[in-house]
Amino acid sequence: MTQKLKLVVVGNGMAPGRMLEHLFEAGDAYEVTIFNAEPRVNYDRIMLSPVLSGEKTYEDIIIHSDDWYAEHGVTLHRGEKVTKIDREAKTVTSEGGITAPYDKLVIATGSNPFIIPLPGHKLKGVLAYRDLDDTHGMMEAAKKGGNAVVIGGGLLGLEAAAGLKMQGMDVTVIHLMPSLMERQLDPAAGFLLKRELEGRGIEVLCEANTKQILGTEKVEGVELADGRVIDASLVVMAVGIRPNTQLAAESGLEVGRGIVTDSTLRTSDPNIYSVGECVEVGGMVYGLVAPLYQMARVIAGHLSGPSDAEFKHVETPTKLKVTGVNLYSVGEFGEGPDREDIVLRDAMRGTYKRVIIKDDKIIGCVLYGDVADGGWYNEMLKSGDSIQEMRDTLIFGQAYQGGGGGDPLAAIANLSDDAEICGCNGISKGQIVKAIQDGGLTTLGDVRAHTKASASCGTCTGLVEGVMALTLGDAFALPDAEGMCGCTAHSHGHVRRLIKAKELKSIPAVMQDLEWSTPEGCAKCRPALNYYLVSDWPGEYVDDMQSRFINERVHANIQKDGTYSVVPRMFGGVTTPDELRAIADVADKFEIPTVKVTGGQRIDLLGVKKEDLLPVWKDLNDAGMISGAAYAKGLRTVKTCVGQDWCRFGTQDSTGLGIKLEHLLWGSWAPAKLKLAVSGCPRNCSESTCKDIGIICVDSGFEILYGGAAGLHIQGTTPLGKVATEEEVLEYVGALTQMYRDQGFYLERIYKWADRVGYDHIQDVIMNDHDARKEYYKQFLFSQKFAQIDPWAERVAGAEAHEFSPMADLKLEAAE
Amino acid sequence: MNVQSQNWVAIGQVTDIPRQGSRCVKNGDMTIAVFRTTDDRVFALEDKCPHKNGPLSQGIVHDGCVTCPLHNWVISLETGTAQGADEGQTASFPIKVEDGTVLLGL
Ligand code: SRM
Ligand SMILES: Cc1cc2nc3c(=O)[nH]c(=O)nc-3n(C[C@H](O)[C@H](O)[C@H](O)COP(=O)(O)OP(=O)(O)OC[C@H]3O[C@@H](n4cnc5c(N)ncnc54)[C@H](O)[C@@H]3O)c2cc1C
Ligand code: SF4
Ligand code: FES
Repeated sequence: MTQKLKLVVVGNGMAPGRMLEHLFEAGDAYEVTIFNAEPRVNYDRIMLSPVLSGEKTYEDIIIHSDDWYAEHGVTLHRGEKVTKIDREAKTVTSEGGITAPYDKLVIATGSNPFIIPLPGHKLKGVLAYRDLDDTHGMMEAAKKGGNAVVIGGGLLGLEAAAGLKMQGMDVTVIHLMPSLMERQLDPAAGFLLKRELEGRGIEVLCEANTKQILGTEKVEGVELADGRVIDASLVVMAVGIRPNTQLAAESGLEVGRGIVTDSTLRTSDPNIYSVGECVEVGGMVYGLVAPLYQMARVIAGHLSGPSDAEFKHVETPTKLKVTGVNLYSVGEFGEGPDREDIVLRDAMRGTYKRVIIKDDKIIGCVLYGDVADGGWYNEMLKSGDSIQEMRDTLIFGQAYQGGGGGDPLAAIANLSDDAEICGCNGISKGQIVKAIQDGGLTTLGDVRAHTKASASCGTCTGLVEGVMALTLGDAFALPDAEGMCGCTAHSHGHVRRLIKAKELKSIPAVMQDLEWSTPEGCAKCRPALNYYLVSDWPGEYVDDMQSRFINERVHANIQKDGTYSVVPRMFGGVTTPDELRAIADVADKFEIPTVKVTGGQRIDLLGVKKEDLLPVWKDLNDAGMISGAAYAKGLRTVKTCVGQDWCRFGTQDSTGLGIKLEHLLWGSWAPAKLKLAVSGCPRNCSESTCKDIGIICVDSGFEILYGGAAGLHIQGTTPLGKVATEEEVLEYVGALTQMYRDQGFYLERIYKWADRVGYDHIQDVIMNDHDARKEYYKQFLFSQKFAQIDPWAERVAGAEAHEFSPMADLKLEAAE
Repeated sequence: MNVQSQNWVAIGQVTDIPRQGSRCVKNGDMTIAVFRTTDDRVFALEDKCPHKNGPLSQGIVHDGCVTCPLHNWVISLETGTAQGADEGQTASFPIKVEDGTVLLGL
């Protein structure tokens, strides 16, 4: 066997991590040794902000786990900072005394956060924002609550501020310049951003200069140049980064702002390369990962053989990772005599768009609020195409090009290959096309499995389908014509019809008669079939627990750590001191870590151990409470407002009506979850107009609305009709619910069902066809006879006992 | 696997486990999920999904596999490997049934 070349990497950040991935894809010419000053594996530094805000954990952001290093035979020295490079002997030596020889060396020491040497900057409680330790330090400090001051209103500072706010601290941002993120945003967008943050309760002080950090042992406050003093138990300094060039400089390599390299990333020593934020290439240094990833690819090319890859400057867009804040900026936006601006503002929606043009080409853009066209502008910026033809409509975005309205497929066809389609997983159009072509993929499910595109939040599903339609042409079948899942070619519609027509009354019967291609179905079709059978054969069909998703099987919601949440029903959002006491007692007795008011007007007990479910339910049952079915494809909540009893505008007893509706509907299973609301007047305080079914009380009666959505998709309700009495409301809502239960496809919310079968048709049946309405209502009441049994009480009484206790405990038995 | 040192422990009856279902066995800090298929075969896997440690015992059992309750990876009951495009493997344990008693090999 030939001896492998030795590659040593100093630093284990995102840039060298990516470089090694490319290198290992190309072959195994090197034996790799990494020294990392941080005592851990390679993780996604970008995602520290979601970790800080509590939206992710460290485990979620690991890029290379221990297995990866093992698999590639990489030696990783954790917590070993390299202090010396001997270029003569071609070795590096770490602080801990480890020496490693190299044939090729890559310096990837990243950046150091810049700390302003103010009086007090060494006090305990002053942190930078760079690595996991800083993040944990902030989270630790946030546990005690109190005030935090963030010095620096740039990307990092604002992410830190938003995260600390989400962790419950009172946060003040101190920024030297007149507007926030002034290097990426113009003052107008900076202003909108400031207003948004202030709206979240973050105090923002611009043009504020910090004079000193106060405190004796630890931080107590910050004093500004104008004499103001702000109390603080935590100070985060996020004022910039400096390329970490110390090691390179001490080794005699050429160093400017960063470690100077040529366009192949080679330093002044031909055996030493550099990658990442520490590099100065073409006179520039970089602080966002996209260019660093480009560097990584170039070096890997040169390390693995003759290559003509060169690093080229490209503008990288900036986005802020603060949930709910949408901003996008790329390129240049300073004003100048040879530049032209096109600006669009929408004060109502709080959006701002500005495109900067020079010689008929886009050189930059700043978007706030509505960022959908950012990628498109950036495409044109990169390509340098003339925008002359579309100057008048440019600012309205891509949808308005080529004759207004716009064909979505044409818009997708226009996207370049590296246009991002799935934001969650960073999947580009080109990657999807390639996966479809290479893997012979034909269904959305396949594309999800192979690329992860649209597999997270799903909001890009339409785009992904568009890319599939373009790539596959006629071979692309729209999903609703697709079979329910990989087990059958029958669509949901067919299956529902055939179950009734052929009187199929069990899952095996359906699978047999409809020629399922798998023996037992899968996790997609089994729950669907189980619902169809429950809904079609009330009182006859025996619910198949093994075909229910865990939450519906154990009547609690599984959480990410395998514990459960418990939500008792609170009819119409009304509770009593006794109920509240019982909830408090249960929380104490079972040491339930979190008690939270939900978005559905009731209380969630989170973090209950599975073995505690039965006794928790028993105590709640004893206090008169039943399961709130917070897990069910079925009735969830009926939200109400205070209504006539208290409110000076209330026209009817909205609370009472909500309670009656919840008593009518609880326990019912439905194709998807079902949420209602009753508002006492058109001010609509219980948000009836975005519910599956909503009631708005008026002087003369009740308006029934339906088909609203406020989750992944947002749309207002459509009126069903107006009735005069509460009894009628119950009847019409019961009938509507039954019609939906009868026709809906599994996981199809009311609005999707109505989109499919038509709002006019539904209205016609429920409002105008007296007999049909009565019949649906009758069917509903019949099926409720079997559905309104509290599942908690059943289980406390012994049903499904095997679910709630382990089969055996080996260590205990050994001890006996 | 070292067959000589195999230690078979009785953990209960096959009928204790629902068909197309699962029960847990605690072994110190580790939880082992024991599955039973429609045709009464039994399998044992560590109760940890290779993706993000989801409790496999809580998933839906179908066609010799279990679908993890957290993010729907499909894991083979026999080998513990993730199916389809996902990659990963959960530890599996030898298991057998004698006269209706389930024996777990540790
Ligand atoms: C607990 C709660 C958040 C809270 O702390 O307030 C919550 C928690 C969850 N929601 Fe929700 N949603 C909660 C109110 C809402 C609301 C607001 C509302 O009901 O007024 C919405 C928007 C309205 C709507 O439903 O359209 C909402 C839209 C969603 C969606 C998007 C549904 C959609 O069709 O677009 C999902 C995902 C899904 O169902 O596929 C979801 C899914 C979830 C799940 C079940 C995620 C999961 O699968 O694990 C969360 C379970 C947490 C748990 O175990 O308890 N949750 N969720 C709220 C429970 C209300 C209750 O009392 O039952
Ligand atoms: C909170 C935060 C949010 C961010 N958000 C974004 C974003 O949204 N988008 C974006 O594009 N970028 C973002 N960035 C920037 C991005 O994370 C960095 O550009 C990127 O991680 C730099 O990678 P690197 O490999 O060059 O350096 P680093 O990741 O800094 O890695 C350098 C490593 O080398 C180690 N090291 C240093 N000296 C030595 C030595 N002598 N011996 C051994 N080891 C040494 C260090 O300990 C460090 O672990 C963000 C950064 C932070 C901190
Ligand atoms: S699903 Fe609902 S509860 Fe869970 S994180 Fe998303 S918004 Fe919050
Ligand atoms: S933990 Fe099992 S699929 Fe994610």
